[in-house]
Amino acid sequence: MTADETRAALASTFGVEVASAPMMSVTVSPDRWEELGRFAQESLGCRFFSFLTAVDWKEQGLEVVAQVNNVDDNIALMLKTRLGPGVTTCSSLTPVYRGANWMERECFDMFGIRFENHPDLRRILLEDTWEGHPLLKSYAVDTPHPPYR
Amino acid sequence: MLDVNNTTRVEMDWSGPERLQMNMGPQHPSAHGVFRAILGLQGETVVDVDAVIGYLHRCHEKLSETLTYAQYPSIASKTDYVAAMTSEFAYVLAAEEIGKFEVPKRAQYLRVIVAELQRIASHLLWLGTWCMDMGGALGGGATIFLYCIREREDILDLFESLVGARLLYGFFQVGGVRYDIPDGWAEQCRSTIDRINSRIDEYEQMLEDNAFFLARTKGVGVVSRELAQDVGISGPLLRGSGINWDLRRAVPYSSYQDFDFRVPVETDGDCYARYRVRMAEFRQAISITRQALDKLPEGPISSRPALKSVAQIRIPKGEAYARVEGPRGEVGTYMISDGSAKPYRMKWRGASFSNLAILPHIIPGHKVADVVAIMGSVDPVFGEVDR
Amino acid sequence: MAAIPAWLTLLIAPFIVLNVVIGLVTYVTLLERKFAARMQSRIGPYRVGPHGLLQPIADALKLMMKEDVVPTAADRRIYNLAPIVFLIPCMLIFATIPFAPGLGVADVNIGILFFLAVSAMEIVGLFMAGWGSNNKYALLSAMRAVNQIISYDLPFIFSALVPVLLAGSLKMSDIAAVQQGSLLKWFIFYPVIGQLAFIMFIVSTLAAENRVPFDILEAESELVAGFRVEYSGMKFALIQLGEYAHMIGSSFLGALLFLGAWSGPGPEYLGPIWFLLKAMFIFLVVTWIRWSFVRIRVDQILALSWKALLPATLGLLITTAVVVVWRTSGF
Repeated sequence: MTADETRAALASTFGVEVASAPMMSVTVSPDRWEELGRFAQESLGCRFFSFLTAVDWKEQGLEVVAQVNNVDDNIALMLKTRLGPGVTTCSSLTPVYRGANWMERECFDMFGIRFENHPDLRRILLEDTWEGHPLLKSYAVDTPHPPYR
Repeated sequence: MLDVNNTTRVEMDWSGPERLQMNMGPQHPSAHGVFRAILGLQGETVVDVDAVIGYLHRCHEKLSETLTYAQYPSIASKTDYVAAMTSEFAYVLAAEEIGKFEVPKRAQYLRVIVAELQRIASHLLWLGTWCMDMGGALGGGATIFLYCIREREDILDLFESLVGARLLYGFFQVGGVRYDIPDGWAEQCRSTIDRINSRIDEYEQMLEDNAFFLARTKGVGVVSRELAQDVGISGPLLRGSGINWDLRRAVPYSSYQDFDFRVPVETDGDCYARYRVRMAEFRQAISITRQALDKLPEGPISSRPALKSVAQIRIPKGEAYARVEGPRGEVGTYMISDGSAKPYRMKWRGASFSNLAILPHIIPGHKVADVVAIMGSVDPVFGEVDR
Repeated sequence: MAAIPAWLTLLIAPFIVLNVVIGLVTYVTLLERKFAARMQSRIGPYRVGPHGLLQPIADALKLMMKEDVVPTAADRRIYNLAPIVFLIPCMLIFATIPFAPGLGVADVNIGILFFLAVSAMEIVGLFMAGWGSNNKYALLSAMRAVNQIISYDLPFIFSALVPVLLAGSLKMSDIAAVQQGSLLKWFIFYPVIGQLAFIMFIVSTLAAENRVPFDILEAESELVAGFRVEYSGMKFALIQLGEYAHMIGSSFLGALLFLGAWSGPGPEYLGPIWFLLKAMFIFLVVTWIRWSFVRIRVDQILALSWKALLPATLGLLITTAVVVVWRTSGF
């Protein structure tokens, strides 16, 4: 499957525009997020899961970003979804890609996004008693935390 | 404090599947850093693994939002401190991609040289520590370890005369590299890699003629093709599972298309396959370094020389995902710029983080002794896992 | 000079042997460290005394001055008793070894049997240490130790019995005496059987002494330090002493069974020196193996013993018996 075919398949299935610069990326609504993951894996051959993260766009809300690769045809595809202002839940990609497990835990840890259907959503890098989610733009760098408060 | 009178006593009856919870780490001789694996044991067999990470978390992603493009590369080297050069590489590559900065050919070649030397150094450390995991600090493993460390010292010496530092360099900058090679460095480099090349043969002989080494590595920790892609392990682990995926070949960066090299692939997916891949990579890295030294063009080493202030580099709005093939696999930075002197958001895709996530999938069913062999073959660096 | 009464010799001889053994143990550690350093292109201990010769004394002093830590949750009596229980059999094995004709503590007529029986008893102390520490690493290690010692004692005994059959006696001085005179009389040079038995003896010695590649009970990369993880100071030193004493004892046994004990060129009073040199040779072979192999897994160790070594030694023993009977009676 070539890059053009991938683009066409995505556009026809999800009815969205597929950006090609600076990298091939597709943005869908949060309710089709898991479906997008499954489509990328099964129909597009993007089986290699690279990473999943989030971006805090302040008042515009959070954006969840994941990259998957088709290693046979050398295609990198960026999956994106905008959660909208104030929304902190998102469907999980873990049932599709097992590698999303730790990445989503990290996302929960850093942004407070609750991934539904995640088998084991706990903090991963910070300790369980940590307050707040540090990578949010509202979390100042010098936010005091115990025991230094 | 443990209250002796208050401990729970578990009566063992020999019919039930009583499990022993054993902590491996965070302070443990074979944890390459601070990693805690909570093993559920049934006799000698591991039936359940929970991995606890984060002991070395230093807020790299938050930190990158507060440091400028000129400041951060030397901090980037602290993510994967065993392969500091490639960590810096991923960061500057992302910034250059958004900013559309030209990198002079000489700088690109110098980047290739240090990245490949770094790969050799990192693999040497891996070989030593892995054998030490299996053979023990008081056994044959320590012998290999000391040999490997001796060779790694030579490479660190090269870096020292190039940068002035031995572990964390700050060699890369946005637009090029910071230092040119000193006089006589190329010859020293050539003789060093020649020496290492011959020594690698010796190690290979010592290990592969050893039946016990083969018994410990063959068929242990098998990762299937599907699982490997699903979890997103990369580098030698992915290639050990039969997937021909090397970013230097797939998405050539920094003039990698100029060099002639082979991507070693093994299909078994076990510890031995990963070992074979890394041993072949030694030779490829040495060959690439030689070619780069031969073809090293003249010219400037940076398109943005003479930085006067830390906030001088500004890159336009945009986003990029730059990835390099580090010794442990795909090291990537997903960077979003808002047009200021600092990134708006940066995500480190540490190779070790994804590689380590394979452990809960493959360890159950193995013996306790295999846990350290598998963990060693994954080659995690906890600076990169916890970031 | 009046003859020393028999009861006094019975007191003095063990005293001398014990002290010699302890002195030997301390210096054998230095020998091993120097040898390992050579293998790894290092120098090894060098700072304490000329060429590091005083290093063992410094180590011993350091261990004596260390704080003796007892874990709160340990089973105190067992925990404290274990190093002694471990050490005693390791020291007792020297009782029946004759270091030269007539020079030994007790040259009993079942010397070999005594040695094999007593050396297997160290497992009791080992298991006590593992159990009493109330530590999971130690417990796992103790379980492995029991597994391993049970599996390897049989090949060890069978391979040691081959020279016994060849000599026709269980008495150590008899076995040594048979091998006197010529180099070819050493049992290692006995055609085929001798060499095979020697190799099997070395392998099972490695396992019985818990040395790499069979040191799964120490296994510091997975079990930290195994059964002695909670021991410190003098108790740790006692365990260490016991291990090395056991190792030297086995080396002496190997030298006696296969390398002709005190036979060698020169006057007779050089006999003990030859014996010591041969024992050190075996010790260095063991050390050499230790520093060049990786450890094998517990299931592989057991498989190696039950599937390969045990049938092989048993077969060899029977073959030896047939050969001996055939050569003596010629049926």
